[in-house]
Amino acid sequence: MSRETARVAVVGAGPAGLAAARAAAAAGAGVLLIDSEPAPGGQYLRRDALADAAGTARRDRATALPAGTEHLPDTSVWAVEPAPGGGRRLHLRTGPADAPGRRGRTVDAAALVLATGAHDRALPFPGWDLPGVFTAGAAQALAKEQRIAVGRRVLLSGTGPFLLPVARSLIGAGARVAAVLEAGEPVTGWLRDPAGLAAGTGKLGELAGHLALLARHRVPYRPRTAVVAAHGDGAVRAATTVRLDPDWNPVPGTERTVEADAVCVGFGFTPRTELAVAAGCAMAGGFAEVGAAQATSVPGVFAAGELTGIGGADLAAAEGEVAGAAAARLLGFAARPPLRALRRVRRGRRFAAALAAAHPVRPGWQGWLRDDTLVCRCEEVGRAELVEAARARQAVGTRSLKLATRVGLGPCQGRICARNAAELVGDPALADGFARRPIAAPIRLGELAEDPRTAAP
Amino acid sequence: MGEVLKIRVDGEEVAAEPGQTVAGVLLGMGRRSWRTTRGEGRPRGVFCGIGVCFDCLVVVNGVPDVRACRRRVADGDDVRAQHGAELPS
Ligand SMILES: Cc1cc2nc3c(=O)[nH]c(=O)nc-3n(C[C@H](O)[C@@H](O)[C@H](O)COP(=O)(O)OP(=O)(O)OC[C@H]3O[C@@H](n4cnc5c(N)ncnc54)[C@H](O)[C@@H]3O)c2cc1C
Ligand code: FES
Repeated sequence: MSRETARVAVVGAGPAGLAAARAAAAAGAGVLLIDSEPAPGGQYLRRDALADAAGTARRDRATALPAGTEHLPDTSVWAVEPAPGGGRRLHLRTGPADAPGRRGRTVDAAALVLATGAHDRALPFPGWDLPGVFTAGAAQALAKEQRIAVGRRVLLSGTGPFLLPVARSLIGAGARVAAVLEAGEPVTGWLRDPAGLAAGTGKLGELAGHLALLARHRVPYRPRTAVVAAHGDGAVRAATTVRLDPDWNPVPGTERTVEADAVCVGFGFTPRTELAVAAGCAMAGGFAEVGAAQATSVPGVFAAGELTGIGGADLAAAEGEVAGAAAARLLGFAARPPLRALRRVRRGRRFAAALAAAHPVRPGWQGWLRDDTLVCRCEEVGRAELVEAARARQAVGTRSLKLATRVGLGPCQGRICARNAAELVGDPALADGFARRPIAAPIRLGELAEDPRTAAP
Repeated sequence: MGEVLKIRVDGEEVAAEPGQTVAGVLLGMGRRSWRTTRGEGRPRGVFCGIGVCFDCLVVVNGVPDVRACRRRVADGDDVRAQHGAELPS
């Protein structure tokens, strides 16, 4: 166990964290960039085996580490607390994922930038826990980094523009995409949305490119349609698709059975907030709340990227640049105000707001579940069991909901089910309480026993 | 690239490349599931792909509860399917 003092610590080496490290280092601050993955890049800039030479060169440039930055790969931050001398103390473990005997270390940082990103939101339906059902992000990550197509004939179902690059990667990895099902309004609807159009011109071009590729591969793109059941014995063999009304209730008589060996679902993203919550940062609508310079409510703690709102990689990078410069300024370095980044943040947020408004998750999804459809995949709690236990035990508050229903007590700690469970019991705000996870990243019991805070004297 | 790692998957010798995840190797072999749940024994494999859902748990070198989507393979790794709740051997 060793303790060190870094000037600016950045957690997360995605577009936001990399930009923060770069801006802080450019101002002269020493930077420690911590990420649980072996290579920098986060979700967007991961090593992409499908990219051409130009794409690879772009990624290499975007993930290059500035001088003055120490990068700690394969390192999870599993706890954060106030440091005795001011600033924050981070508890780290370095080594292969979930291996015993990873190296423990604590770091005190005068300024902390949290850039922990997000994960896909999946909505439950009968059969969603069959092998062969993946999140859209899983399909994307496996295609790009592992050159694996998650199926031979794949159905994509969800809402929002992210489904389109995933379809493209699947095609690139050799899969046939049976259809892209958009539960909401077609993304082409944006072309008529003046706000989105003004703020996201670059994005629209990208989108048009994806749509053209789907057309070339004769992949149907079906709005107001979703997968509402997956079938198979031990793995997916087929799925039921259905037309949805504007509230996402299935339209009777429109069910179709589609053969597919993989179904990928993506209904937007959920931020990874545990470190921000543990640091005591105020939250708003499930995200870390930030001011103009990406400052959270806790002095010396900044947040950037999807942790503060879902808006894509460009916005994440712009916010990171602002946060990194602000963190350096806090430590007395003369960072120039990042005026261009601030403009990109403003524009990006407008686009993100238009995006969120264009792709809301509508309540009709709750009617896709049967009584025995699992809501909590870890503890295997079905819909009827959840709703009845919550009602019978009059569960109020997240803690009593968890204890009454076991939802969120399994290894994922509600990361996958919290929002869905909270909406199913009729109190969406309950989801926020699940983010209180004192251990932010899994550590083994032996490692916990070694920790000075918890070890017996 | 070029370097070849040798690992074992449920006793079978399998070639892998540096940078591959355990899940990448298993999916590449055509496996879709390698775990059963503690309660009902339901089959599970990859779901979230980025270490969040804990569906893809596998036993590596005798240690259970390793997320296959996050763990990179190392030469000589012994990978086994995980049935229900397993204690480390
Ligand atoms: C699986 C997945 C795939 C995606 N693929 C794409 C894509 O191909 N194209 C696209 O436009 N958008 C993609 N997105 C959307 C994506 O969220 C981005 O817009 C962008 O990557 C966000 O940048 P970020 O810096 O906020 O977070 P991220 O890029 O998510 O980076 C966050 C980083 O923080 C690390 N981290 C989190 N918690 C800890 C901790 N406790 N300790 C140590 N490290 C930690 C994570 O490992 C990760 O590397 C994807 C999202 C997901 C979930
Ligand atoms: S697939 Fe979700 S943790 Fe590995």
